[in-house]
Amino acid sequence: MTFLIKGGLVAVVALAGSVSAVFAQTKTLDTVKARGTLNCGVNTGLAGFSAPDDKGQWGGLDVDLCKAVAAAIFKDPTKVKYVPLTAKERFTALQSGEVDLLSRNTTWTMSRDTSSGLNFAGVNYYDGQGFMVKKSLGLKSAKELNGATVCVQTGTTTELNVTDFFRTNKLDYKPVVFEKLDETVAAYNSGRCDAFTSDVSQLYSERLKSPKPDENVVLPDVISKEPLGPVVRQGDSGWANVVRWTHFAMVNAEELGVSSKNIDEMLASANPEIKRMLGKEGDFGKGLGLENDWAYQIIKGVGNYAEAFDRNVGAGSRLGIARGQNALWNKGGQQYAPPIR
Amino acid sequence: MTDLPISVEKPRRSIVDMIYDPATRGLIFQVLLVVALFALGYEIVTNTIANLKKQNIASGFDFLGRTAGFDIGQRLIDYAPTDSYLRAFWVGLCNTLLVAAIGIVFATVIGFIVGIARLSQNWLISRLALVFVEVVRNMPPLLTLFLFYFAFLKTLPGPKQSIQLPFSSVLNVRGLSLPMPIWQPGSWLIPVALAIGIIASIVVGRWASARRIATGQQFPVLWTTLGLIIGLPLLAFLAAGLPVTFDYPVLKGFNYQGGLVILPEFMALLIGLTIYTASFIAEIVRSGIQGVSKGQKEAAAALGFRPGLAMRLVVLPQAMRIVIPPLTNQYLNLTKNSSLAIAIGYPDLVSVFAGTVLNNTNQAIECIVITMGVYLVISLVTSFFMNWFNTRMALVER
Amino acid sequence: MTTDAATPGTRPPRLDTGPVGWMKKNLFATPTDSVLTLIGLYLIYVLLGGFIDWAFLRATWTGTDGKACTWEGAGACWPFIWNKLGLFMNGRYPDAERWRIYLTYALALGGLVPLMVPGVPGKLYLSLYMLLVFPVLAFILLTGGIFGLPAVDTQLWGGLLITLVVACVGIAASFPLGILLALGRRSKLPIIKWASIGFIEIVRGVPLVTMLFFASVMLPLFLPENVTFDKLLRALIGVALFSAAYLAEVIRGGLQAIPRGQLEAGDALGLSYPQKMGLIVLPQALKLVIPGIVNSFIALFKDTSLVLIIGLFDLLGIVQQSVQSDAKWFSPSTSTTGYFFAGLVFWIFCFGMSRYSASIEKRLGAGDRR
Repeated sequence: MTFLIKGGLVAVVALAGSVSAVFAQTKTLDTVKARGTLNCGVNTGLAGFSAPDDKGQWGGLDVDLCKAVAAAIFKDPTKVKYVPLTAKERFTALQSGEVDLLSRNTTWTMSRDTSSGLNFAGVNYYDGQGFMVKKSLGLKSAKELNGATVCVQTGTTTELNVTDFFRTNKLDYKPVVFEKLDETVAAYNSGRCDAFTSDVSQLYSERLKSPKPDENVVLPDVISKEPLGPVVRQGDSGWANVVRWTHFAMVNAEELGVSSKNIDEMLASANPEIKRMLGKEGDFGKGLGLENDWAYQIIKGVGNYAEAFDRNVGAGSRLGIARGQNALWNKGGQQYAPPIR
Repeated sequence: MTDLPISVEKPRRSIVDMIYDPATRGLIFQVLLVVALFALGYEIVTNTIANLKKQNIASGFDFLGRTAGFDIGQRLIDYAPTDSYLRAFWVGLCNTLLVAAIGIVFATVIGFIVGIARLSQNWLISRLALVFVEVVRNMPPLLTLFLFYFAFLKTLPGPKQSIQLPFSSVLNVRGLSLPMPIWQPGSWLIPVALAIGIIASIVVGRWASARRIATGQQFPVLWTTLGLIIGLPLLAFLAAGLPVTFDYPVLKGFNYQGGLVILPEFMALLIGLTIYTASFIAEIVRSGIQGVSKGQKEAAAALGFRPGLAMRLVVLPQAMRIVIPPLTNQYLNLTKNSSLAIAIGYPDLVSVFAGTVLNNTNQAIECIVITMGVYLVISLVTSFFMNWFNTRMALVER
Repeated sequence: MTTDAATPGTRPPRLDTGPVGWMKKNLFATPTDSVLTLIGLYLIYVLLGGFIDWAFLRATWTGTDGKACTWEGAGACWPFIWNKLGLFMNGRYPDAERWRIYLTYALALGGLVPLMVPGVPGKLYLSLYMLLVFPVLAFILLTGGIFGLPAVDTQLWGGLLITLVVACVGIAASFPLGILLALGRRSKLPIIKWASIGFIEIVRGVPLVTMLFFASVMLPLFLPENVTFDKLLRALIGVALFSAAYLAEVIRGGLQAIPRGQLEAGDALGLSYPQKMGLIVLPQALKLVIPGIVNSFIALFKDTSLVLIIGLFDLLGIVQQSVQSDAKWFSPSTSTTGYFFAGLVFWIFCFGMSRYSASIEKRLGAGDRR
């Protein structure tokens, strides 16, 4: 009997909790529309993902996602206010409402998703942690790094991963931890550390920026899974949908061969999938609280996923990172978007 | 409003009188302040609770017991990634205290030397001291740290081309590796001898000054003290049969392994903090010495003191009274400035606790409050100690 | 042996006068002195010689990227500074709008210079202009958004502009709070007194870095939902609270220097507390503590470099970002040149202000001695 009462109480409390959670929702989409700009939290400077040029124009893969969301809402990819955030500030900034969307190469982990008031809306870059070392050391694998000094940037999962890696392999290492990426890289370049560990994409970007790129190699070992993606506040599933489907629209567009260059011709396409995506058929935009040409605006203003990737981190950029894991699912990669129907 | 009945009992006082009564007014202001503070506090607490709840952020201090999972580059106490966040906190705190303590000693020594040099009869030396003070004092300490840190990294060679120093020490970009003494059984005699030496030298000092006051005879206190403090432990060391072996740094793999390693981050932080604080201490010492009336120096000269002796026995002890309060402030500043370590990768308290731990637990409030609390405690303890020392100095001199 | 005749006056030995005599007296008075002088000379030779060699003889003067500065034994890389000067001074403030920054500086100088020069009339009006009119003008000019000025987001601000804004707003905003805290600390009312002491001692006991972390990470959690501050504004709040505590102590020093008789005279005239403080005590006390205030400002000016830790790009921050992450300008001497430049700018400002504060101190001292 007491069991039943207790169970009932728990159910009531849980129900009340969920109901209040629904009512407590603040409609981020409405706020953004009313404000007229999207506040987007980005990295203070990470080449290929989000970095300002000397004129303050932001560019990068993460920045393109901000632009795409703005294009979907306002039909104008420039209506974004970029808020550069350090690793330490990023979640607080999102939780306090300073930014509507955090697109700052943030790793999707269970604890972040479940106990920090965050909600991950997708993965716009599959990454993994690796090591960069001086070529002259002649290393073939990260397992040969016993006794090495390793430069790490704090505020990331990186610090925990590297500790786990060395512990599992019963190796010894000495960390040198910096608050900011620039200092970490400067220390590695001046020989303070034998290895610099970070997400592989970042390693490639830093390798290019180093004084002599050819003297550095990125070791083949990838010691962690780092799905990087946009984050929104928990408890606003409508807003999460907007962000999630913005990314999916870019991926679907690539899959369907729709790009910013051919999109106006594609409007006349007979392919029903393209018709649905571009708002010629169905009311898909309404479901997001947007207009039906939302995906058209995204692709027109920013391009599909392949274009964004190529422009910022891929073959068309100075980083020259191969698609690899980030290729479409039907080309051996993992970028997979549910269909628009 | 407990005083309301009282004012009612005095019918001659009108409301206006009451408002103009300083005591009543004071009370009103205080009540207002309390109400305002409580309102502010209430607002903050409710907002924070609401925010934390809404965002599903954990709160409380339970996280301190959880496994840290990350490693720390310099540790004075045993620590492994499997230890708790609390342990990591202690590691960071020890690192902060270490750099602050050594920095205070060095800054004091250099500061006094430069301060005295500022007043040197030698024109060149006093100018050099002036230039040092003016250059260092007017630059942000953070910039000084960057300059030293990156200058170190640039000029020091890699491990394979290390600079070999005496006693098997090596200097390279990974730091200064020294042989680490490993004490063998029997070495307990040495600290005991040191303690005896210190106590004995205090006794000798007292006796010598009593004798000097009584008979006017000098006793070579300095040499006796040195002999006692260095000689006794040395004797003990020999008597115990050299109970020490050394762990020498050896080049193995990537780097020199073993030995005692002083990190370049530590060296840069120490030197940066030391010279920055020393430039302020130098000015304090200079104004302290100038604050001692000229007659004192002349009287000492008339009594036949040599200038150095006059400085040491007559001027400096009196200058200390002026110097100590601002000196305390500089010590506290140095300790607080050690938090700049975060910019050059030295694992101090702020870097470890308000940095890595905060990032991994996401419990900003707890981490920042604890960190601030620690500095506050350090400040208060130092202030109390220096106040105590100051009172003693002042009494002794009068 | 006595002589009645006056000894004819002899000139001092040649070696005691003139440059040689001066050197003998000031540089080589004793053997120790001589050794010190020689060591000093050697130090000067090494440091100054090394500096001249680096900054002038082996420096690179022209070039369009880091390659120009990459040669064996290259010294300072000056083209890096020329090229980035706009960035270092104004951050990413749009080129077309930069005149607004310069106009703000001109408006500030127009008010400050006559204020600082002793003997210029109209100090009261100038102070009112600087305290009331100028901040509004500066705010409108720099942020824009009205009167047809395009809005410039604070996120685009950077370099020396941020350094000056943080330091000036910090000191200006902390001024009223500092006065209140100083008066509060000397108050006879226990609650006010202890609240003031508590605030002052807590803030003075913690490093600025933790205050900045507090402002950037904790402050947002204290605010009601959807009330957010600009990142720069948050840093300013942290800096202002921090500097208020230090300023309060400086002002307290001034208050303590005012003789009791002044207050008692105020009482005798039947003045109220605000009147006594506002008309008698504060004008005298604040004048006394001008050097202290300037010194606090210098300290604050240097401390603004810490905002780089929370991701704002002040002068040092933007120099650091450029030297460490701009691949185009990478060369062995870029970073040294960059830090040297930042150091030089900071130094010129701080040294100038400290000289000014010293001269005021001297003048006040002279007045006191009568």
